[in-house]
Amino acid sequence: MRHGKYPLIVTFLVPPVLLYVIFVVSPYLQAFQISTTDWLGYSADANSVGLANFKTLWNDDYVWNALKNNAILLALVPVLTIVLGLFFAAMLNMGGRKGRAGVSGVRGSSFYRTVYFFPQVLSVVIIALLWKEVYHPNKGLLTSALNSVGLGAPTWLGDPRTAFWCVLAVMIWSNVGFYVVLFGAAMSAIPKEIYEAVMLDGASRLTTLWKVTIPLLWDTVQVAWVYLAIFALDGFILVQLMTNGGPNFSTDVIGVRMYDTAFGSETKFGYASAIGVVMFFLTLTVAVLALRASKRDRIEYS
Amino acid sequence: MNRRDILRRTAAAGLLATPAAGLLTGCATGGGDDDKGDAGTYKGTKSEQNPLGVKEDAPLEVVIFNGGFGEEYAKAHEAMYTEKYPKAKINHSATQEIAKTLQPRFVDNTPPDVVNNSGANQIDFNGLVSQNAIADLGELLAAPSLDIPGKTVKDTLLPGAVEVGSYDGKFLVMNYTYTVYGIWHSTKLFSERKWEYAKTWDEHIALCKQIKAAGIAPWTYAGLHPRYMSWPLISTAIKFGGPSVATAIDNLEPNAWKSDAMKTAADAWHQIVKDKYILEGSPGLDHKQSQTAWCQGKAAFISCGSWLESEQKDVTPAGFNMTVQPTPSLGSGDKLPFEAVRGTAGEPFMVPAKAKNLAGGLEFFRVMLSKKGAQDFTRKVSSLTVVAGASEGVELPFGLNTVVKALEASGSNGFNWVYNNYYRKLERNLVDAACGEFFSGRIGPAEFLDQCQKGADSIAQDSSIKKYKRAA
Repeated sequence: MRHGKYPLIVTFLVPPVLLYVIFVVSPYLQAFQISTTDWLGYSADANSVGLANFKTLWNDDYVWNALKNNAILLALVPVLTIVLGLFFAAMLNMGGRKGRAGVSGVRGSSFYRTVYFFPQVLSVVIIALLWKEVYHPNKGLLTSALNSVGLGAPTWLGDPRTAFWCVLAVMIWSNVGFYVVLFGAAMSAIPKEIYEAVMLDGASRLTTLWKVTIPLLWDTVQVAWVYLAIFALDGFILVQLMTNGGPNFSTDVIGVRMYDTAFGSETKFGYASAIGVVMFFLTLTVAVLALRASKRDRIEYS
Repeated sequence: MNRRDILRRTAAAGLLATPAAGLLTGCATGGGDDDKGDAGTYKGTKSEQNPLGVKEDAPLEVVIFNGGFGEEYAKAHEAMYTEKYPKAKINHSATQEIAKTLQPRFVDNTPPDVVNNSGANQIDFNGLVSQNAIADLGELLAAPSLDIPGKTVKDTLLPGAVEVGSYDGKFLVMNYTYTVYGIWHSTKLFSERKWEYAKTWDEHIALCKQIKAAGIAPWTYAGLHPRYMSWPLISTAIKFGGPSVATAIDNLEPNAWKSDAMKTAADAWHQIVKDKYILEGSPGLDHKQSQTAWCQGKAAFISCGSWLESEQKDVTPAGFNMTVQPTPSLGSGDKLPFEAVRGTAGEPFMVPAKAKNLAGGLEFFRVMLSKKGAQDFTRKVSSLTVVAGASEGVELPFGLNTVVKALEASGSNGFNWVYNNYYRKLERNLVDAACGEFFSGRIGPAEFLDQCQKGADSIAQDSSIKKYKRAA
């Protein structure tokens, strides 16, 4: 097997790499080229305009407004999702009140696990439509619930003051379940002996979580962080379906800007590609920073 | 060399290879200059029977937007075409994603022959026109009508049908349906409560007060698409100040949105916001949700086009009997009478400039615009067409009947605007956002018009957008 290894590897690698290059890498590179043209998308003519699109972008208030919203998402979505995910995962895996030496989840944890994971099973489109109805200002679940206890309710997605936070809540709601499972899996990999030792030392459950579990989970948290940071720069599907960036651009995100510029209210493919290029570098930067910022020494269970 | 190295090197090689691969496969925007002229198009001989010179056996490809009207009506038109040209094979397809489906084919210079460019994923016409992607339909207008003797196609169309589809004087887009925009109410509700639709704004406000006292919200609107409310507001302004109000807006004239007529209209409409005559929560409703609330009798008035009846078919209670009415007059000083409504041709069809069977595409429109074709459409989808008098003798549903009556009453006083066709972004994004702020009461009339004007100015200053002008 030694001498025949390379031909085999290469044979199996060439087709997927080729496919990847043709369908992923090459469109990426073409986007860079298209972003320097004034292409309008429905003819084969495009004139090179150099960096004019990027200049326009720099002065485009709508783009800045969308970026501002993405920045808020970036600041809040990963933190809140990870905190909630860790909390739920901890409750399901080590929150139980079994006094004996050992770690167990709260009662009914398998039921909760299913419930938390449920949004992952649904497509994002369904989630968006579902929540659009939940936020229905007259008949929606939320308004009805608030009204039934005698409280008034805002018009949720119809008000620039609340719409953004409504979308943000859905983003977190739809993501948390996945991270609960992810952190849960990582937690169950932590050797029981460690917990037993900690319990003998008389540590409270919160201390155990803070001092033992989370440090041992750090690798997973780091991955979650990068994923969520990239997600926060996207958020396109939820925003487009729930509010399409409205009311008055209060929920606009950069992905919606790009889509709208190319397929929505205009056909400026050159300009939209420029937005795409900016998104590419932003995402890359955020991913690198997230990885750097959360770097720690690996812990190996021996 | 271990496995990881191989992976790394293959990936690097792949990366290096891409620019070359890109050159080989040709960029998305490549191949622009190989203009083949008319070499690849089908041409037939022109004759009395065949004024457009259709090649009898040339295949015809038709792409229909599969929306509220479905696609069956188009199949009937295609059958009529094949009746005339039995050798022609018709390739019919329907999609909701017009833009995404057809874009590659426009770039590739192999577009279909007939495109029904409509729906939420419609291709922006400004982009198409400025790229010369649409064929001139002038020849079609001059051709004799298929079954109305002694008239050209142009003679058979309702007023305004040609103007709406014209860009810089060239007729490029055949808008097939005729839509009336107005204020809708339920005849049943009004007769039960003994309410009378008000013809002046002051009376309208008094009626709103009465309706509210009866425990019903006078108004509701699509808060997530608030541009629906810009229609009655601009209509009110045009009736007050005359059609030049619309021309100024369409031509992006400086401060067109801040004209006296627009100011007066915005002030008037602000009344229903101030006095809380709008259904609580409306700003958070989409068009379906608001229309449904209206059908359920939660609100008395809604602003919409004449597609409302067929769109609401499933949820409209029996005997609801929706009626369309013009916007109330502001006063005796109005330039246009109360009866004047905004009527416009809608549902755009086009023949791409690079269509292989261009003549066939025009001929297909001639079939659609024949009396028989138009009647069949009206019967199938309950919508009026731009063919004058084609709805005669067709059994129309209640609401559509009121639309016909409104059109008759409006007569030559009908008006329209086209800035939404010229500059899709202006209506869909900018005016839309301003309407959302205004009708939810977050801004007043002055700020509302400022915001609209700012949007119009941003379009006017954007050198990458082609500008159009229309005569008054």
